[in-house]
Amino acid sequence: MAVLTLDGVAKSYRTHLSLHKYWILRDLSFEVREGEIFGFIGTNGAGKTTTIKLVLGLLFPDKGTIRLCGKDPSRPEARRRVGFLPENPYFHDYLTGLEFLDFHARLHGFRQPERRKRVLELLERVGLHNRADRALRLYSKGMLQRIGLAQALLHDPDVVILDEPMSGLDPIGRRDVRDLILELKRRGRTVFFSTHILSDTETICDRVGMLVRGRLAALGSVEELVRGEVGSWEVTLAWPSPQDPPIGQVLSRREDRVLLRVSSQADLHRLVGSLNGGGAKLVAVSPARRSLEELLLKEVRCAGAQADGVVEEGRP
Amino acid sequence: MSGRILAIALNTFREAIRNRILYLLLVFAVALILCAQALSLLTVGSEEKIIKDFGLATIDLFGVLTAVLLGIGLVSREIERRTVYVLLAKPIHRAEFVLGKYAGLVLTLLVNTAIMTLCFVLLLVAKGIAEPAMLLAVLLLFFQFLLITAIAVLFSCLSNPIVSCILTLALYVTGHLLWSFDLLRARVAAPWARALCLTLQRVLPDLAPFDVKGMVVHGIPVPPERLGYALVYLVLYGGAVLGLACAAFQRKEMQ
Repeated sequence: MAVLTLDGVAKSYRTHLSLHKYWILRDLSFEVREGEIFGFIGTNGAGKTTTIKLVLGLLFPDKGTIRLCGKDPSRPEARRRVGFLPENPYFHDYLTGLEFLDFHARLHGFRQPERRKRVLELLERVGLHNRADRALRLYSKGMLQRIGLAQALLHDPDVVILDEPMSGLDPIGRRDVRDLILELKRRGRTVFFSTHILSDTETICDRVGMLVRGRLAALGSVEELVRGEVGSWEVTLAWPSPQDPPIGQVLSRREDRVLLRVSSQADLHRLVGSLNGGGAKLVAVSPARRSLEELLLKEVRCAGAQADGVVEEGRP
Repeated sequence: MSGRILAIALNTFREAIRNRILYLLLVFAVALILCAQALSLLTVGSEEKIIKDFGLATIDLFGVLTAVLLGIGLVSREIERRTVYVLLAKPIHRAEFVLGKYAGLVLTLLVNTAIMTLCFVLLLVAKGIAEPAMLLAVLLLFFQFLLITAIAVLFSCLSNPIVSCILTLALYVTGHLLWSFDLLRARVAAPWARALCLTLQRVLPDLAPFDVKGMVVHGIPVPPERLGYALVYLVLYGGAVLGLACAAFQRKEMQ
């Protein structure tokens, strides 16, 4: 069952003095299924944050429909079981961590003593229980990200939407966020997160949507997306000769085993054909699939977009 | 009041009391009220009137400044700082957000006015010139602050703080000079100009019902219906302005 559906969504904006529309999103359609981790990837400026704002009812689409938990996201009921962490932790920095979570718990309708219990639980969970009385303006970026995650998870939401949750974090912070996302999935929650850090996406996402210049360039599981996208072959040979094989690039050599990279199918056939005696034998051939990053770069190039993501005026 | 409006109101109040501008205004106001005593020494024979007049005028001025300076950024600052994203992503109606912000500032003004009034009353008691009519005048001033806050919130939903400040202060000034549209109407010949004067007089906020400073200073009794009229006007006009603010915010895009 889909917890989030976008159907033909388009969004434009106008600059103050401009009569022209600049299309940020064009004909965007996809769904996020219950219980999955959905990674929304794309270059900076591709429209990821705009999509998330539309999904949360912070912006309104020019065209198309959005359903969050089966409802129009501009209705508060649609957001009742949703937790959200914004791209940059813009919070009321005059509040302490404790006050901040207490305020957000009130917005979710928690009453005392449950509210305090829940707030303390979350502070403990994100490791900020010792800094709870410190004003948010004194928090580091990583601490703000953690308190932001705590407010997103206060009401134990069914759907968690995270906008660039790993951006600006150190490796430990990124690992913590990754572990948290996986833990949410284990507990049956749906996680929809945007990112341009693709290595994390490949390891934790069930499905991925790739946004390029405001259009959905690819959608599916990581395996589906890179299937058929064989960029080269890795060939292991038994090769007793001290000289390198005539075809391919040697990646490693140990005793009589050589690991080679062959860049085309024709080269692979020629290499296999050249193995005639002298102890040379084919041991293994494995296709080296493209990574998501390579796929994204390819899509960006195909779309003629620059890597930093440029929007242009025109039709949706 | 729903729990969510109350939560936003309390948070707005907390933000205000941690804002140095509020304390600066309050210190100046209290200092000026106490200065009324010194000022009265410079005049001959009307010491009591000077103290009352100066004290009420100070409460009026600093109450309006607080309402305007805090009100103009009430909504727009949340958008500018992007703190609004996490709030509106919660299951709250946008109208609840606007009303919560308004209620928070009303609470701030209540505390602010109470402190200024306390200083004023202490001075009056010390001089032996305290009378209940002074409190009635302050109550009507407080009603005026509530109306101005509603106007500031409306502009805050529509524009940036600078434009909101100019427009709110402009309406405050014209709100006390609406009677001049009668004079203007009598002097212009063109029917359209007369119609415009009449329309402006009807549409712009009328702040005269909230101003009884002159009456109480000169010992003229304030009729009870004046208080009733001011209250009804506040509820209807202020309610309409807040309704417009909620409607404007409802379709506002959080860029």
